[in-house]
Amino acid sequence: MKPFLRSALQGSLAAVAILASSVAAQAKTPADTLVMAYVIDDFISLDPAEIYEFAASEYMANTYDRLVVIDPDNTSQLKLQAAESWSVSDDGKTFTFKIRPGIKFESGNEMTAEDAEFSMERFVLLNKNPAFIMNQFGLTAENVKDKVRVKDPMTLEVELDAPYAPSFFMNCLSYTSVVVDKKTVMEHEENGDLGHGWMRTNYAGSGPFFFRSWKPNDSLVLEANEGYWDGAPKIKRVLIKNVTESATQQLLLQKGDIDVARNLTGDQVTAVSKDPNVKIQSKPKAALWYMGLNTKNPHIAKVEVRQAMKYLVDYDGLGESMFAGTGIKHQSFLPDGQLGAYNENPYSLNVTKAKELLAKAGYPDGFNITMETTNKTEARELSASLQNTMAQAGINLIIKLADNKTTLTKYRASEHDIYLGEWGSDYQDPHSNAEGYLMAPLAKRNQWVDEARSQKVLAARDEKDSAKRAQMYVDLQKMALEESPYVIMFQRVETAALRKNVDGLIIGPTFDLNLYRDVVKH
Amino acid sequence: MTDWAIAVTPPRWRRWLLAETPHSRLQARLSRTYLSWVTFARNPLAMLGLIIVGILVFLALFAPWIAPHNPIAGDLGNRLQPPGESHWLGTDQQGRDIWSRIIFGSRTTLLIIFMVAITAAPVGIAIGATAGYLGGKTEAILMRLTDAFLAFPKLVLALAFAAALGPGIENAVLAIALTSWPPYARIARAETLTVRSTDFVAAARLSGASDLRILIGHIMPMCMPSLIVRVSLDMAGVILIAAGLGFLGLGVAPPQPEWGAMVSEGRTQILEQWWVCTYPGVAIFVVSLGFNLIGDGLRDVLDPREG
Amino acid sequence: MKSFARVVLSVATTLFGLLLVTFVISRLLPADPVLAIVGDHASESTIEQARIQLGLDKPLLVQFGIYLGNVLQGDLGNSIRTGQPIAEELLRVFPATLELATCGVIIGVVFGIPLGVWAAVRKDTHIDHLVRFFGLIGYSVPIFWLGLMGLLVFYAKLDWLPGPGRLDFGYEELVTPVTGLMTVDTLIAGDIDLFKNALGHLILPASLLGYFSLAYISRMTRSLMLGQLRQEYILTARVKGVPERRIIWKHAMGNILVPLLTVIALSYGNLLEGSVLTETVFAWRGLGLYITDSIFGQDMPAVLGGTIVVGMIFIIINMLTDVAYRVLDPRAR
Repeated sequence: MKPFLRSALQGSLAAVAILASSVAAQAKTPADTLVMAYVIDDFISLDPAEIYEFAASEYMANTYDRLVVIDPDNTSQLKLQAAESWSVSDDGKTFTFKIRPGIKFESGNEMTAEDAEFSMERFVLLNKNPAFIMNQFGLTAENVKDKVRVKDPMTLEVELDAPYAPSFFMNCLSYTSVVVDKKTVMEHEENGDLGHGWMRTNYAGSGPFFFRSWKPNDSLVLEANEGYWDGAPKIKRVLIKNVTESATQQLLLQKGDIDVARNLTGDQVTAVSKDPNVKIQSKPKAALWYMGLNTKNPHIAKVEVRQAMKYLVDYDGLGESMFAGTGIKHQSFLPDGQLGAYNENPYSLNVTKAKELLAKAGYPDGFNITMETTNKTEARELSASLQNTMAQAGINLIIKLADNKTTLTKYRASEHDIYLGEWGSDYQDPHSNAEGYLMAPLAKRNQWVDEARSQKVLAARDEKDSAKRAQMYVDLQKMALEESPYVIMFQRVETAALRKNVDGLIIGPTFDLNLYRDVVKH
Repeated sequence: MTDWAIAVTPPRWRRWLLAETPHSRLQARLSRTYLSWVTFARNPLAMLGLIIVGILVFLALFAPWIAPHNPIAGDLGNRLQPPGESHWLGTDQQGRDIWSRIIFGSRTTLLIIFMVAITAAPVGIAIGATAGYLGGKTEAILMRLTDAFLAFPKLVLALAFAAALGPGIENAVLAIALTSWPPYARIARAETLTVRSTDFVAAARLSGASDLRILIGHIMPMCMPSLIVRVSLDMAGVILIAAGLGFLGLGVAPPQPEWGAMVSEGRTQILEQWWVCTYPGVAIFVVSLGFNLIGDGLRDVLDPREG
Repeated sequence: MKSFARVVLSVATTLFGLLLVTFVISRLLPADPVLAIVGDHASESTIEQARIQLGLDKPLLVQFGIYLGNVLQGDLGNSIRTGQPIAEELLRVFPATLELATCGVIIGVVFGIPLGVWAAVRKDTHIDHLVRFFGLIGYSVPIFWLGLMGLLVFYAKLDWLPGPGRLDFGYEELVTPVTGLMTVDTLIAGDIDLFKNALGHLILPASLLGYFSLAYISRMTRSLMLGQLRQEYILTARVKGVPERRIIWKHAMGNILVPLLTVIALSYGNLLEGSVLTETVFAWRGLGLYITDSIFGQDMPAVLGGTIVVGMIFIIINMLTDVAYRVLDPRAR
């Protein structure tokens, strides 16, 4: 028996040793493939008319062409993509687009105005999550077939119901103007679904990368489009693996098992930036961490209390620790990078000031109040710190953690006192957030709706002079800083950590501007 | 001198306990228990387990006096400090003292164990004793139910329960209790079957006691000893499941310290600040080992054949 | 025959119980399942439509009947996060867990049985105590933590073993799944380097799971063996001068083989469960990670789908061992 045991032990140990040595010698990532760890569990569909999630819109941006996109380097500028040129009529209601000749879909079909017309109509007709962006301009399922027209084989015309600021419409279009291959899509139509059933897991595009495979919650594989009209990508393949654990991402990156880690926390970014084999690339995104204070609560109804709370956040301490590399201090409702964003941050942690304000409001000893948030790491850590600083002025924060849906349901029904969460712009135009924070839905949820204010928001939306429009937004933000029931704290910064030998990854101001086509591996 | 005398002639209480012919049921019972204890105490590993659990209880009871720092209030300027003089086990990402959080976390652990025991055991005993006492169809149905629950994967089911109910200590306890009562029901049924036909139950029935009264007053108390042993054997498993729930964010609501959640929170810093997730894991391991050692010792005493 | 019918009946009731419990859990949810599906910009009528589509307007008993029918036909609903059929997703991830758990059991058997026998033969010696203590540690250590420590030491610090995942990350998508078992698929592809790579990735997680199964198997082996060594026939054999090794490995082992099989099967089931937390730590895309990811993503239908599958495997393992027991053990017939 003993010899048996010994030989079994020895045998297995030897096997382990041999395996271990052979494994360690292997090359880490293939030279022609970009290997990226990324949380892609928000993908629910590959259909561009349905995609409305962060990671999914990044997929869309790399595999499809849009008529126009926003310039990643200068967000107030547009870049032409599938459109060669565009113009707007004198009455400001009709937009005309010339399609760039020579763009080929994966099927080999050439892109024409008919494809663009079909895509835009399909976007509205399918009426999925992002369709409301186009509905804003009077393009509805009933009239879209008349309003979006082919003028000649390479010219598309779109008619709106009113003259909006052209920058407003074009900013929205930069997300919604994906062009799909009409012929391919319609070949897979079933029961008049405009090919939606098929497109949920398939592809009919013309972008710098072609779609190869998608395993939900697992992986996404893209392959270079060698005949891309704007030049073929330098890398042959992009492999995205869903790695939900940020610690695992860090480990894999530092070991060279992946080229890019996309979801590191602030502490991890600080840690990997010391690694000589790793470099950091980051860009502020249009998403804000904020507390929504419900003015239905009699304490919060007093503007001094709201101001006091704005003084009870350790902006600098948090910014240097938990949010180091993943967030920047930002207190106005327009994120940096959007037209008219006001980047001054007048508030800082000031307990004395807060106490004065609370005393003025009639609460020298503070009060108890509940705060709802989700049980995700960032929200949890942030709420713990807020609990700490609020307590210093006597405000006893009772934190209620629940899953995202439960919390949001409560928030949407305006049944909260304080809500802590993140709000991302629906599209890259200041109106998205101005409407959100000052009219609806956030203003409604926090019971802070006012007719005069709403009029100012709409006036800013329709202002045609961009400089004037920007100033109108600055004024609104200054007012909100003083009075609003929002304690806006941080703007999300998207940070990618890359191996030193990887160059050319573009991390843009929005997820649909994160681009792979210039990536090279040395 | 006197010490020596004690060693030679055992004191009266010991003699009474070790009497070869007990004079009463109570004496027989206590005598058996005492002999078991002697066997148990001779097992050094079991005693080690007892000491570990003793320390756990001590820490939990006197946490506010033992812990050097506030386990909840953080200090961002002092975060992720390595183990040192002012913070023995370092600080976490909120700047909280890990040693103090581990000490206060012992309360959470004990609370969960205790709550699971007082929730699952009564359910098990009620179902098992009822089934055993009433017999017939009731028994068939109740025991089928028990068997069905016994065939479930415990951890996965507890996860599903906790995920549906949402995080929180009550929900974690409920989820664990819902999956851990079946063995107790089996034991209670087996015990009931042996006492159902004894004289004193028959006597009680003759004197007109109702079924419910007999169940609660006569049968259930008889099931208690073996049930208590079984529950204590399960404690280590309960600790591990609770820690697993905490690790997946389904345990206690923050900022209350819980060891599994502490490991999970420290995971993001594992490469640079290894202590944040290492020490809470050690705590889980040591305490669960303590309970397992006790359980192992108990098994030796109660079932020498298997031991 | 009668006993066979009993097995079938017990499996059926257990299965029914499992589905009843998962159904109850799905109705426990605090959040409205409809709101989870329709999204932010849905109108009242869309919500009502979805409610009817999901059958939520019907009485509970009818809903349970529909649920039962669907599950038995292999329809576990669609995942909230991905919109894909859950059954399909589970089918895709299951081989990964199977591969991991199988390797774990192999390790548990190869080391656990000899250790258990050794401890039994040397009962009450230091060896016996050591083996038992070693096993108790396996019972006591939180697996998710041990996994983290293993990665930290053997991958991050020492670089002896490959890291998380089933293959080095850049290669995983290059293997065409045939069986879904990475070791087998790499062999089918004929790439010996990738095969070695896949094996390397198995070492750490499988050893962890193997340790747990070892703890259980060695303990049961020891106790079964002790039971045999006390029997008279062993004494007789010894008196007759049969070599000790033959007595243990032939006579005693032969007699405990059937109960041992049950033990191994049960430990296999336990490993499926242990894989839940192990896979989370090792980014091992199997059933366990699927369940925990779904928990984090608040995808309750997917969590329940995973629970049902693990539960069914449990039930099947129980049934198979029961049947095997009856067939193999003459006394049980």
